[in-house]
Amino acid sequence: MTVELERTDTLWIDESDDVDDVHGIADPVVEPPAFVDPEPPAVDPDVPFRPSSFGPSDRLEMVLSAVSALAFAWALCLVMDWSHPLTFTIWAIIWFVVGIYVTARARTSKVVAMDRLVTTLIWLSGAFAVAVLGWMIVFVLIEGIGGLVDDLPPGEWVARLVAVGLMIALAVVVRWRVGRREAAGTGTAVTRLLPKVVGSACAVGALVVLLPVINTEFFTSDIAEVGPLDEGGGIYHALIGTLEQITIATVISVPIAILTAIYLHEIKGRLAVPVRFIVDAMSGLPSIVAGLIVFTVWVNAGQGFSGASAGVALAIIMIPIVTRTAEEILRTIDNGLRESALALGAPQWRSVVQVVLPTARAGLITASILGVARAIGETAPVLLTAFGSAVTNYNPFSAPQADLPLFIWGLLREPNEAQIARAWSAAVVLLLLVLVLFITARVIGERGARKRTGR
Amino acid sequence: MPDAPAPDAAALDDVPRPIVQSRTFGDRVFRGISAGAAATCLLIMFTTGVFLTWKALPAITATGPTEFLTGDTWQPDDEAFGVGGLLVNTIMIALTALVIGVPIALGLALFINEYSPARMRPYLTGGVDLLAAIPSLIFGMWGLYALSEPLSGVAEWMASHLNAIPIFRLTEPDVSLTRSTFIAGFVVAIMITPVITSVSRDVMAQVPRVQCEGALGLGGSRWGMIRDVVLPFGKSGIVGSVLLGFGRALGETIAVVLVIDLVFQPNLNILEQGSGSISALIATKFGEAQGLEINGLIAAGLALFIMTLIVNLIARAIVNRSKLTG
Repeated sequence: MTVELERTDTLWIDESDDVDDVHGIADPVVEPPAFVDPEPPAVDPDVPFRPSSFGPSDRLEMVLSAVSALAFAWALCLVMDWSHPLTFTIWAIIWFVVGIYVTARARTSKVVAMDRLVTTLIWLSGAFAVAVLGWMIVFVLIEGIGGLVDDLPPGEWVARLVAVGLMIALAVVVRWRVGRREAAGTGTAVTRLLPKVVGSACAVGALVVLLPVINTEFFTSDIAEVGPLDEGGGIYHALIGTLEQITIATVISVPIAILTAIYLHEIKGRLAVPVRFIVDAMSGLPSIVAGLIVFTVWVNAGQGFSGASAGVALAIIMIPIVTRTAEEILRTIDNGLRESALALGAPQWRSVVQVVLPTARAGLITASILGVARAIGETAPVLLTAFGSAVTNYNPFSAPQADLPLFIWGLLREPNEAQIARAWSAAVVLLLLVLVLFITARVIGERGARKRTGR
Repeated sequence: MPDAPAPDAAALDDVPRPIVQSRTFGDRVFRGISAGAAATCLLIMFTTGVFLTWKALPAITATGPTEFLTGDTWQPDDEAFGVGGLLVNTIMIALTALVIGVPIALGLALFINEYSPARMRPYLTGGVDLLAAIPSLIFGMWGLYALSEPLSGVAEWMASHLNAIPIFRLTEPDVSLTRSTFIAGFVVAIMITPVITSVSRDVMAQVPRVQCEGALGLGGSRWGMIRDVVLPFGKSGIVGSVLLGFGRALGETIAVVLVIDLVFQPNLNILEQGSGSISALIATKFGEAQGLEINGLIAAGLALFIMTLIVNLIARAIVNRSKLTG
């Protein structure tokens, strides 16, 4: 295992890192040795060393490679009489990558050229992943948003969207300006309050502009008496089902998962090794098998389809997710806290209940919400347990029940434009639910992490 | 005479003494409750194994175990339940997903860790986690309505340009190229990318930065550092993450059902219409299954359960070991 020793001609270092600071412990008493720059630039010790190796000549090479790649692919397709856009793209990318390598090889060395090549490939894969995620979210929104809002003339749409955009821009600008003043140390009580006031005013304003155009019927009616070709119909029954099933799943899984995490990390009992092993195995359990087991033990054993059985199946999916996240959170809690509690004479259960759990509260809530976000979109397990239904069924303990994924699943199987449009609208609702849950979990988790580390 | 040489006093200094405490009644109750919760997890997996086996046995004995694992007919009326072809197709979809997904996922992990601007990194990590949280149903719909068209074009291109490779050949010239293993594999590849990325990124982030900086300080290029420090260090973690992705791909249900046509025969021409997976079989046939066919579906589920269990446990063992030694 050797490190390439050849000099890389264009290796600039744009960030330096104080080696003493790798653990984030500042040591202000020690005089800086003579050979160290007496005024090192202020760097965050958590940001690792990262050389920049991209200079003006690289930029030039990149542009040249791109231009020549397009020209080459175009000429090749013309000469060979290929017309497929994919052929063009693939040849252009190949020529671009080769071009980057060859130009860098000619100017510098094999090592640098190889570095450029890999850098290009890795940026391409990063761009590909981001593009795919963006494409998917935009595609779902475009397909489904039509069913969620009232029919309005395009002019009114533009006006409403521009109004919302202006409000968002106002909030962002105020936040940014205040942030700069805070950073400069000239902030006052008024500037500190300002972003919150403006932000909530803008949020209320955006709701006032957008709420009236939402198609309320879609959220307040079911599809029991709506024919496939009729107008109207909605997801009320599916929302009720999702709400009840997720509540049941959460009530079952969160206590079990958090107690299991406590067992694994606080108690470290005899069963810890097999339990961790089994939780690992559960987290890889295909979701349809979770549904199949509840179907075998409960539904097929004479109880019939019901929302509660779907809740149990979703709980089986949530338990390993919440357990693993919760254990990670418990691991971040400073051992000093536990030891202080024990040193004060508290028994272990009081140290856990009154010290560890309150400290971890935000993280545990995050873990639970992430579990909910995962469970809410599961289709396969609920298909085998709740089965789905077109009527509103408030009772989760008897008779088939719908939920959002099952609603979408059922409609997708019908060869009918109107039904598929409804499925897309429900998919937008589902996607937005997942997004909101995910962002909520992040925000709570970040606040909690700041509190835990005392920053 | 002492049994062992006296331990080095300096070495002892760093090791905290074990906390000795007497357990109160409350402690015992608390430990009992936690242990009960932990035992519930054991119970769930135990029940799964036992009940699936018990309910699967009638179908497996009716067909015969060999016929069950190697056959490719599904005739509930003749009591013939063969999932051999489906097993092959399941693995083909998962392998296709790995071939497409692993380079992207590892590239993305390296991009986030080593190449992206530091300020972007939390957002990219968040984006990867978000991608993992998006329901598979939505992936399936997107695959069916947005990807099928362009990907059948890709498949056409591959069939005409890359037909030196046997799996890209077509049995007939004008066979349909939609609803194929290739398209299902592509959709599943996007779904397993976040799994592979987040696990391998975690492992690769644990490389001691001092070693990376040493490699750069010796004049190595960034790729030199990745090849000689990051990848060797994270090797087993990467292998484990790929296996985890494989396990996820084997069990993926809804996205696969939406984009394929279920066939029971093994189909090795991955560009052609017709594919299948065990989970797709269960989701498709479940609605109208009765009597022994339900047992047949449970038997198929058992086969899937055992297959994913083995893959996942190997993967977890590799990942955990790489984290311990790291």
